[in-house]
Amino acid sequence: MSSMFVKALQPAPLLLPSRRMVLAGAAGLTLAFFIAPRGLRAQAPAPVIAPNAFLRIGEDDTVTVLSKHLEMGQGPYTGLATLVAEELDASWDQMRAEGAPADDSLYANLAFGAQGTGGSTAMANSWTQMRMVGATARAMLVAAAAAEWGVPEGEIAVAEGVISHGDRRSGFGALADRAATMPMPEAPRLKDPSAFRLIGTDRPKLDTVAKTDGTAQFTMDIHREGMLTVLVARPPAFGATLVSFDDAAALAVPGVEMVRRIGAGVAVYARGTYAALKGRRALDVTWDTAEAERRSTAEIFADFSAAAQSGGQTVEEEGDIDAGFAAATQIIEDEIRFPYLAHAPMEPLDAVIEVKDGKAELWYGCQFPTFDRPTAAKALGLPPEDVRINVILAGGSFGRRAQGSAHIAQEIGEIAKAAGRDGAFKMLMTREDDIHGGYYRPLTVHRLRAGIDDAGNITAWTNSIANQSIMTGTPMEAMMQGGVDPTSFEGSNALPYTFGSRRIGWAQMQSPVPVLWWRSVGHTHTAFAVESFLDRVLEAAGKDPLQGRLDLLKPEATRERAVLETVGRMADWQGPLRDGRAYGVAWAKSFGSYVAQIVEVEERDGRPRATRVWCAVDCGIAINPNIIRAQMEGGIGYALSTALYSKVSLGTGGAVEQSNFHDYPMLRIHEMPAVEVEIIRSSVDPTGVGEPGVPPLGPALANAWRALTGQVTSELPFPMQSNV
Amino acid sequence: MRVMIQTAALMLALPLGAEELRGPEFFESIADQNERSAALFTEMGAVLTHPRCLNCHPVTGGPTQGDDMRPHSPPVIRGEADFGAAAMNCNTCHSADNVEFASAPGSIPGHEPWMLAPASMGWQGLTLGEICEQIKDPERNGGKTLEALWEHNAHDGLVGWGWHPGEGREPAPGSQELFGQLTRAWIDTGAICPE
Amino acid sequence: MTQFIVNGQDVTLDIDPDIPLLWALRDDLHLTGTKFGCGVAQCGACTVMLNGMPRRSCVTPLSMVEGSEVTTIEGMTGPEIEAVKAAWVAIDVPQCGWCQSGQIMSATALLQQSASAPTDAEIDAAMAGNVCRCATYVRVRAAIHDAARTLEL
Repeated sequence: MSSMFVKALQPAPLLLPSRRMVLAGAAGLTLAFFIAPRGLRAQAPAPVIAPNAFLRIGEDDTVTVLSKHLEMGQGPYTGLATLVAEELDASWDQMRAEGAPADDSLYANLAFGAQGTGGSTAMANSWTQMRMVGATARAMLVAAAAAEWGVPEGEIAVAEGVISHGDRRSGFGALADRAATMPMPEAPRLKDPSAFRLIGTDRPKLDTVAKTDGTAQFTMDIHREGMLTVLVARPPAFGATLVSFDDAAALAVPGVEMVRRIGAGVAVYARGTYAALKGRRALDVTWDTAEAERRSTAEIFADFSAAAQSGGQTVEEEGDIDAGFAAATQIIEDEIRFPYLAHAPMEPLDAVIEVKDGKAELWYGCQFPTFDRPTAAKALGLPPEDVRINVILAGGSFGRRAQGSAHIAQEIGEIAKAAGRDGAFKMLMTREDDIHGGYYRPLTVHRLRAGIDDAGNITAWTNSIANQSIMTGTPMEAMMQGGVDPTSFEGSNALPYTFGSRRIGWAQMQSPVPVLWWRSVGHTHTAFAVESFLDRVLEAAGKDPLQGRLDLLKPEATRERAVLETVGRMADWQGPLRDGRAYGVAWAKSFGSYVAQIVEVEERDGRPRATRVWCAVDCGIAINPNIIRAQMEGGIGYALSTALYSKVSLGTGGAVEQSNFHDYPMLRIHEMPAVEVEIIRSSVDPTGVGEPGVPPLGPALANAWRALTGQVTSELPFPMQSNV
Repeated sequence: MRVMIQTAALMLALPLGAEELRGPEFFESIADQNERSAALFTEMGAVLTHPRCLNCHPVTGGPTQGDDMRPHSPPVIRGEADFGAAAMNCNTCHSADNVEFASAPGSIPGHEPWMLAPASMGWQGLTLGEICEQIKDPERNGGKTLEALWEHNAHDGLVGWGWHPGEGREPAPGSQELFGQLTRAWIDTGAICPE
Repeated sequence: MTQFIVNGQDVTLDIDPDIPLLWALRDDLHLTGTKFGCGVAQCGACTVMLNGMPRRSCVTPLSMVEGSEVTTIEGMTGPEIEAVKAAWVAIDVPQCGWCQSGQIMSATALLQQSASAPTDAEIDAAMAGNVCRCATYVRVRAAIHDAARTLEL
């Protein structure tokens, strides 16, 4: 999700444990502490009962943080638990984390004012809130100990999960009951950063062990008594509508229990996935494609290109463009094309629902609970308070599970409703459903033009972008100002470069193909367009790619400068060519973080092979450097996979041409470069790391490839056959 | 890329479309025995150079797949026993039979055994004449006499898979029986190689 | 009726013998550590051990495992899996985690079959069938090297 999106929404008040919440806690609703009932204490781990506050202290001293952010590999379970543990003075060993359920009133993302994970905001918006939670809980535990032992609070110490006074010592669990009755501190004091003992240090993620022994529970792993597995026959083209279907053969498949029409298509309900697959294959469905997208990718590109050439509406303008080009002695132009992209998380989309006695409970990797809960409730015909969403681990998302349309919630709600009876249902997609399913990174055309004068100054810079809007047609549309969707061009504007004049334009395009944020959103294409085109401009101006960028940065761009200088030092930058290898540099600011990368490239079988990547990142205070490095490594691999392979194309008539990993290939281990990451030391509040590792890699790769071969990459992915 | 282009050229030079294979009787009218023998081998070439056969006769690297003979996905290597790498050998995915995919159209091919032809029997990119010389050469064909070669072509199960390749794959032309007859006739006419 | 051994226990399943082992394990035996990622042997998330060798369960019909020994991530024992799991945790390999059972099964098989510490090229060859969308590959490689050291290969 975009940083602009973050800005556009009304920030919610910082949600801290309040006196009211403590009082309400007596009813077991919003208490900051929760103790497992006595009868269940022998069991470990204690069963989850109404875990609707931020942390729960078990009698066994475990501290479970309820993460308001979906854990999809980017590390918020560990990150939020670190913040709580730091101020709680807990031992890391006693920390646990699990997903908080859908509940806006408790778990809003403070950057959005709504419950949702995206825009790499998890740590940034939780930075103060979760430390306050930890500090509040610590103060209440201390107050409880003081009361219990009859000593002043000021004489009580807490360290590594142990509360002590002289010879007296207690764990958190033994005092949690009493702590819950203590008055809430008005303003718990947060630690000075110099006192941090967890923040800033490496530690493995809390969910790692369960992800190495097969016990981690994802949506597809959920089983409920009598549960039916549901597969949906989906339209063959985007915007096609269901005319009719014959389910006789499907119903004859052993294990198939029923077939229902839902909005998404025809749902086949069966005992087990295999029967559902066979049943779906046996369906005879007729679709109407009159209103569908029937253009091929080539035709869509032609339309979008024409719009980009027309310039679009101006979203940023500075200086006199005409004068800028008039002063130029060289003019460089290019059109760069970006295809639709599927997110392809390893766990295809899925959801589980159980409806019983007028209430519904759901389990899935729900990324936007604020949108999903009312949507599911409406589809079910139930009030939202009777719909509980258990947010559990997601096997990847990269934006795919965060839909403004809430289509997964809609679908699972309709599936349960259409069944016409109580019961449990699991909807899942095959990989083919996923790749064919839309909600792609928008297909985009950038039209760039730059003028350079005799002195090598960039006198004019124009960039016109044509693509579909992600926000239009969703609840986020209300946040678009002047009909402008900033996620369409973020990263192309507000550049910290000194250009004599500039104009950024945007043309909003239409298509029935649904589009969505895709790990780093607009920056997936804007960073490539800006940083690869700039590389050519710098070369034409006779400048070194790294020094040329540094010279072009405005004086106030200190963090940009620092990541570029750092990555240059890391890679021992000596220009783009050395010993038969090429080096490309690029950087991007996205989601508040600054990342610069240098890629070392060789030519292998006519295609680029990235052998090493150096990465400098400034994401403010580093909460867990291990996770930051992991996200940079993963972002680099994700972006390399994208640049080399990723394309969803529509053939003649609009059918998607790819279907699975054989024709929508993923980067594999032998293609992964060595990665070296350096984190800039900072005292600025933390910003995101889930997405910012992605944008610079593509342009850095293209820049190195151009240095090596002279070839300009004006369309992604890189061609499978090169003319090298 | 070089390999692909030569293969394509070879395919274009073949006498017939992929579906049909002419039996030995078709060549009886060729009076010159050497010419007849070479023509018989050229006919056998329709099978030998069919992607169902050629895909597992790479010269370098691992197998290819599909009618366009693209690199095998997932990537696999030949390995010491022509059977892939440790923890990623042919039987990690392939089994004794073709197996239809449960969640998608198509199938994964299988046979017992399922493995690459030895490197000495690599054909991709070779002319038919080169393939012929190689096939006859006991140094390169696994020490086979011509009789053993006939037996292999006429009855070997993995060769026979080429005509039963599973859903989503076009079989090699003709039948193994016909291929065996052509091999027999080619041997009986002196096993002459085409130019 | 298919009889086989799963994680050391005799199992009899009276279901369609054409069902991929993957779905029998997940839906019928509730052994969900084995994951579905592609269904066409492209991603390796469904890797199990079949008679001690790694096998993609999505393209393994149940009929094929009659009388065989199947081991899933939940049932793996021995020094190699212990070394691999320890390395995976120490190096903090997983991100989303969905592919990791398969990665770990392949890595364990590689170490079981290696007489000496695997080279980078051997790791590439063994692990190229396991896709990780989070691209944890840098750490997968490091963890295999680490496990090999633990095993004194």
